[in-house]
Amino acid sequence: MSEERLDVRKTYKLLINGAFPRSESGRSYKVETATGEFLANVAQGSRKDVRDAVVAARGVQQKWWGATPYNRGQVIYRLAEMAESRRAELREHVMLCEGLELEVADRLVSRTIDTMIWYAGWTDKITQVLGGANPVAGPFFNFSLPVPSGVIGIVSSQDSSFEGFVDAALAPIAAGNTVVALASERRPTPAVLLGEMTATSDFPPGVLNVITGVTSELAPVLCAHEDVDGVDLTGVAPEDVDELNVVAAGSIKRVFRLRDVDDDALRRIRAFVETSTVWHTIGQ
Amino acid sequence: MTPEDRGVRIATTSAVPNIDSESQLKALLSGMSGVDAVGVEGRCAKLATRSIKKSSKMSAIDLAISMVDLTTLEGADTPGRVTSLCTKALRPDPSDLTVPSCAAVCVYPDLVAHARSVLGNSRVAVASVATAFPSGRASLKVKLLDVADAVSAGADEVDMVIDRGAFLSGRLGQVFEEIVAVKAACGEAHLKVILETGELVTYDNVRRASWLAMLAGADFIKTSTGKVTVNATPPAALVMLEAARDFAESTGRIVGVKVAGGIRTTKQAISYLVIVNETAGSLWLTPELFRFGASSLLNDLLMQRLKQQRGAYVRPDEFSGD
Repeated sequence: MSEERLDVRKTYKLLINGAFPRSESGRSYKVETATGEFLANVAQGSRKDVRDAVVAARGVQQKWWGATPYNRGQVIYRLAEMAESRRAELREHVMLCEGLELEVADRLVSRTIDTMIWYAGWTDKITQVLGGANPVAGPFFNFSLPVPSGVIGIVSSQDSSFEGFVDAALAPIAAGNTVVALASERRPTPAVLLGEMTATSDFPPGVLNVITGVTSELAPVLCAHEDVDGVDLTGVAPEDVDELNVVAAGSIKRVFRLRDVDDDALRRIRAFVETSTVWHTIGQ
Repeated sequence: MTPEDRGVRIATTSAVPNIDSESQLKALLSGMSGVDAVGVEGRCAKLATRSIKKSSKMSAIDLAISMVDLTTLEGADTPGRVTSLCTKALRPDPSDLTVPSCAAVCVYPDLVAHARSVLGNSRVAVASVATAFPSGRASLKVKLLDVADAVSAGADEVDMVIDRGAFLSGRLGQVFEEIVAVKAACGEAHLKVILETGELVTYDNVRRASWLAMLAGADFIKTSTGKVTVNATPPAALVMLEAARDFAESTGRIVGVKVAGGIRTTKQAISYLVIVNETAGSLWLTPELFRFGASSLLNDLLMQRLKQQRGAYVRPDEFSGD
């Protein structure tokens, strides 16, 4: 018997509403490693995929926000567990995509999994830190409560294929938002792997949707979509930002863009929460 | 495009045959050829891939809006809810006067008078379900009273259900006579006969029930009540449209078709319009001869219409819920 075996090649697909479809458009594109070798064929999402993802994200947002913060933390922690058990695969993809040494990629994956656990811990602490009790001149309690913006579109970092993606996607999710995330155009596979892990982490379908494809084609659709409440434009080229800002302003979205990596650690959580003020009489 | 362009030739000389006995009816219906189920489903799947874009899509959306029977058939219906439904049917998008009105509002008989008072003499008709909707399980006497009640309250259209139990156990004469009696009780009002295709089991039965209803005097044949598991399906609608076309070709009487239940998206609505055009012909592409019984469909149509105009996807809560 021959030792040879046919390759089992993997198709990297989108994640929309908990399912892994190929793009509605039927398109795919070739992804190369940092050194220019073939890495994978990846689905090339279209504006209709973005539309479907937004519908899914909107549909589940109330449910996700309605879950207890403790429960949301458990779900995100489970994602970290899944990432830990697939770390070899993640490490390989990060290494190939970003052109890193093995140990460097390994440290990066460890740090990113730690970030997941960090966000898991934040779910039931956001209210205490960002909210507060306000003194008012009357027999009332007055509270400021952080509530999620809703559906958040993310144009993820083009360079930091895994760490950047995880940071951008999990911060709004921890705060109770749901997310439609565009993966890095040239380095999408780590984000796709993360999407696959959410399927085994009790993530309600639609909380995280991952679209791969051409950023310049999809980012304007995400920014123009009136049912998206905020966008993270970190992965957009500087010369395209102004135009997308204008488009996003058409539906009064919150726009966030990571400028300085040394911003305070809660910058991404704070970016997509609103403050709701609650008055309550002081009972005797 | 005239119906002749599609090869539909409406008879001008012949008339609807008189049915004198149950055996004659049975002979007529059982003499019909069977429906090729695989073929019908295949054709529907093929037609659903038809792509309607740009200006054709805009006119299809407007046509679909004008064909909607805006429906509320809940136990929790209130006059207030019917008022808002009527206002919405008159002016589906208050910010855009070019959006056409819906064809009708469809309510339970006790709310007909209220709907009538809101709609007045506008072009939007008042439709009422009747005859012990949705099951149709009551005596003929009760059913006729139900119809008379709705009509005297001002219903322009009556949606009756056939007795599926009787139809399935072969008591075709009973079903036929009920429709004839209800038609008489309707007077001026248009009669839509609900076949409940989801309970008729086979396409052959859908074809026979369609013919039976048309022979008995239906002005419209309607797929479903929207109250059972299987609602309107494209293949069932196709079989009914074929029946309506064949009936018009052989008798000269043109009967409308209404699809109801489970139609929520613009895409579904447009694919029904494609089926209408390709099966019965463009003659049926008018609110007088084709209707959608729906509630949430209207908002999706308005949303897609706005999307076409703005070029960006629209927030669903931009439009009032029901």
